[in-house]
Amino acid sequence: MFHIEHDSTPKLMKGNEALAESAIRAGMQGYFGYPITPQSEILEYLTEQVPKRSKSVVLQAESEVASINMIYGAAGAGARVMTSSSSPGISLMQEGISYIACAELPCLLVNVQRGGPGLGTIQPSQGDYFQATKGGGHGDYHIVVLAPSSVQEMADFVFEGFRLAEAYRIPSMILADGALGQMMEKVYLPKEGSLPYSEHPWATTGKPASRERNFITSLHMEPEKMEEVNLHLQDKYRQLKKEERFELSAVNDADIILVAFGLTARICNKARELAAEKGLKVGVIRPVTLYPFPYDIIASHAAPNRIFLTVEMNAGQMVEDVRLAVNGRSPVYFKGRTGGMIPNPEEILLEIEALAEKHSLHNQTVR
Amino acid sequence: METNVLVENGETLECVYAKPHTLTDTPMHYCPGCGHGVVHKVLMETIEELGIAENTVGVAPVGCSVFAYMYMNVDMQEAAHGRASAAATGIRRMLPDKYVFSYQGDGDLAAIGTAETIHTVNRGENILMVFINNGIYGMTGGQMAPTSLSGMVTSTTPYGRDTSLIGYPLKITELLAQLPGAYYVARHSVHTPNAVRKLKKAFRSSFQFQKEKKGTCFIEVVSNCPSGWKMTPLEANEWMEKNMFPYYPIGDIKVPKEMK
Amino acid sequence: MITGTVVVATEICKGCELCIASCPQESLALSTSINRKGYRYAQLVQHNCTGCMNCALVCPDSAITVYRQPKAAKHAAAAVLNAQTA
Repeated sequence: MFHIEHDSTPKLMKGNEALAESAIRAGMQGYFGYPITPQSEILEYLTEQVPKRSKSVVLQAESEVASINMIYGAAGAGARVMTSSSSPGISLMQEGISYIACAELPCLLVNVQRGGPGLGTIQPSQGDYFQATKGGGHGDYHIVVLAPSSVQEMADFVFEGFRLAEAYRIPSMILADGALGQMMEKVYLPKEGSLPYSEHPWATTGKPASRERNFITSLHMEPEKMEEVNLHLQDKYRQLKKEERFELSAVNDADIILVAFGLTARICNKARELAAEKGLKVGVIRPVTLYPFPYDIIASHAAPNRIFLTVEMNAGQMVEDVRLAVNGRSPVYFKGRTGGMIPNPEEILLEIEALAEKHSLHNQTVR
Repeated sequence: METNVLVENGETLECVYAKPHTLTDTPMHYCPGCGHGVVHKVLMETIEELGIAENTVGVAPVGCSVFAYMYMNVDMQEAAHGRASAAATGIRRMLPDKYVFSYQGDGDLAAIGTAETIHTVNRGENILMVFINNGIYGMTGGQMAPTSLSGMVTSTTPYGRDTSLIGYPLKITELLAQLPGAYYVARHSVHTPNAVRKLKKAFRSSFQFQKEKKGTCFIEVVSNCPSGWKMTPLEANEWMEKNMFPYYPIGDIKVPKEMK
Repeated sequence: MITGTVVVATEICKGCELCIASCPQESLALSTSINRKGYRYAQLVQHNCTGCMNCALVCPDSAITVYRQPKAAKHAAAAVLNAQTA
């Protein structure tokens, strides 16, 4: 697993700012973004801090469409670059992301999700799971999706995101939400300068006589060639499987397993504690990489007399992947809140209790 | 394949003009007589003569010249439709000391890319923006462009462009020239040898200004589209002189002091 | 006495005729035969080319290479001519 060196003294920081600070420490060379609530602090923090600390470019673009295309150009020139936005802005970027994925350019994207669809609300949600993990833009492609559930992870996943992006020549996305972006927590920031740069021989930097020219494109008119490109991308996504990450809490003995990501996973862990006080055996599986999705670990816990409850801040998106993993061996239930509403541990506990009742799980040994 | 000398009838002649090495050997797909080929040649010749091929990155658009990157023997990026100047901005900001150009048609630059175009010039990005204006969308079959003339018949204005319904031909270059970030703005053509020579001078100056980090150089080339206009190349050039030039006059639009 | 000539890459030429129109000497015309792409190509039909480069400048396919008598040879030839007419 990738090891990140951290400062020994923690700081109290807001999620968005910890992320921005981490980007500076990761040696980011360019940020192109546009204001949108609830993530404008990322752009603001960078415009204020970067001139004092690094030679990175920070540019407020005229739109998210412009931002993602500046990212394309800059990443194509071999630079370590990042953009951030929130749900409606990420929708605007989908075309650009498809181009970047096909052209195999590394970059870091941040989606601080808000309630939707449409202009929605500025309150947090997890409504962009499908968009992030199933494509979002046109064509057969994927991006790495990391789901932080704390301000610490908002900082750490910047390093992880850049590393994966550059190792696999793929866009990485940090899929956060408005609450994570706005809340303040203790964070041990990654050490400045501890993410080395690597050579990118494919980058367009000006062609010396010693090599053929490079070109960055996603256009391949001959279907044979386009198929080759697609097969190569699919192969890459298979390689990515080894980067799957997840977190398990008390699953071995559990009758009910909650599956949740990001902020919701923390709330589920609290619900788990409350349930334990009531004698219910509840565990939590928290996917950390949403792509590659940790199907296997979920599948391995599917069993008769065990039930799954997926909790999300949407109308039911990751639950489909949980169902795929479980493959009918256990019932899979869903609890969601939409529109920017955040579930609280008590309401999840009520759901757990109702399911325990329904499946007569009190005082029963599993398997 | 050019040679330095040619012996004909006992006379030794020296080569005075050949295809620049900065153009690849790939035969161009453009229609016979299309201005794109000439502009590519002039641009690449300029880059070769200035000795900057090793330090230049170009951005190709979507449109007929989507394949520009196949013909230009420098590092190239293919941008999404309309976004060439945004991609060029990304490149320029990451490579402050290289030469950067974007190359776009009328749809790419003045329709879908209008926001990126205006803001790139407004920021005074230190790049050369090449704008090919032939008043039509060639690649997709000859539809109306923002720069199509009033009364012009295209595949989406079969009765001629009615300005009362769909607006006027857009003189985007004049609009951009008003922005302080635009350092040098000119309009050229490539339909005669003299016009070609003048365009080359404009490109040379633009790269020089780029070296001096002066801001955006914006060069429009009023060009033809024999296929879209449904004419032979010679007829198209004649039509262009008669109809396009009065509306889009050839010449300097914004000239820095040192050029006057 | 040739002062110039052009070599046309006949398989590249698309017969657009822009070079023909630009030639001040009317030295160029379309061939009667066609190349592999089905285009009639430009060719020299007179021996009066001066190597002015007009055709090559306007050619969209960079299909024309222009050759010209070197300056020294030109002066020598002119001197001979002067001597003959003197």
